[in-house]
Amino acid sequence: MADPIHQFQIVNYFSLGKIGSVNLAFTNSALYMGIAVGIIAALMLGATAQRQLVPGRMQSIAELAYEFIADTIRNTAGEGGMKFFPLVFSLFMFILVSNMVGLIPYNFTVASHLIVTAALAVLVFLTVVIYGFWNNGVHFFKVFVPSGVPVLILPLVVMLEVFSFLIRPVSHSVRLFANMLAGHITLKVFAAFVTMVGGLGIVGWIGATLPLALTIALTALELLVAFLQAYVFTILTCIYLNDALHPGGH
Amino acid sequence: MDPMAAKYIGAGIACIGMGGAGVGVGTIFGNYLAAALRNPSAAQGQFGNLIFGFAVTEALGIFSLLIALLLLFAL
Repeated sequence: MADPIHQFQIVNYFSLGKIGSVNLAFTNSALYMGIAVGIIAALMLGATAQRQLVPGRMQSIAELAYEFIADTIRNTAGEGGMKFFPLVFSLFMFILVSNMVGLIPYNFTVASHLIVTAALAVLVFLTVVIYGFWNNGVHFFKVFVPSGVPVLILPLVVMLEVFSFLIRPVSHSVRLFANMLAGHITLKVFAAFVTMVGGLGIVGWIGATLPLALTIALTALELLVAFLQAYVFTILTCIYLNDALHPGGH
Repeated sequence: MDPMAAKYIGAGIACIGMGGAGVGVGTIFGNYLAAALRNPSAAQGQFGNLIFGFAVTEALGIFSLLIALLLLFAL
């Protein structure tokens, strides 16, 4: 029986050269990132190649995605947040499409590796910190001082705020990673039950329908989780960017 | 006690923390559903807040999972 962890194996396809002792290889992870970017580019460019006042099917998908993310940014970070639209939209589409591609059997899920989600989360964190200081200067520290807190407990609150600010990239990245990892392991464990029970003969075939039905139901659930986690990552990005745009506004 | 066994027991105990996150996430979605049925027209506008509350609550469960994973694979 293939173990459920096997699907997360990184395979080197070919080497692109060496930097020090690090082998810079083109892996299956890189391939599936490329596939995700290719699908997004094809969808967006194909949808907007022949623009019409009354949108067709493809154009409707692109417009829906645009409006969905634009509304999310306007509601959480205000009108000023729209200057980060390209970043937020790219993050959402990349995570959504790579999750969806990963749900197809035999395909690799990019977000099931902590290093990928950590890179995305650190990108957001550094964007918030750098833009926050560039936009507000020293006033950015107001992020750590909530208004309307009694002076007596202020030091404690500030300490907690600093801690929760620094822990953000950890929870931001581990959330996506853990959800993808756990979901895919569960799927494969239930799929393995089908072959295990089905191997028992005629009685096993009847028994195997139960885990098979569960696998289908779990796939539907994973489809929801794939979208929900992409959206959660996006909305948290917007909320963090809101801190950089309006520090002390909470 | 065998240190390996202690590690596995510790990882199992760390996972209990996820139960708390389960209670929290259930409270959030339950209250959202209850409020949405009382006033369906206002429900759409609070979807962002729902997801934010869900994410913040879930983060605490993720920390306990992180401790379990660290115990199993890193330490």
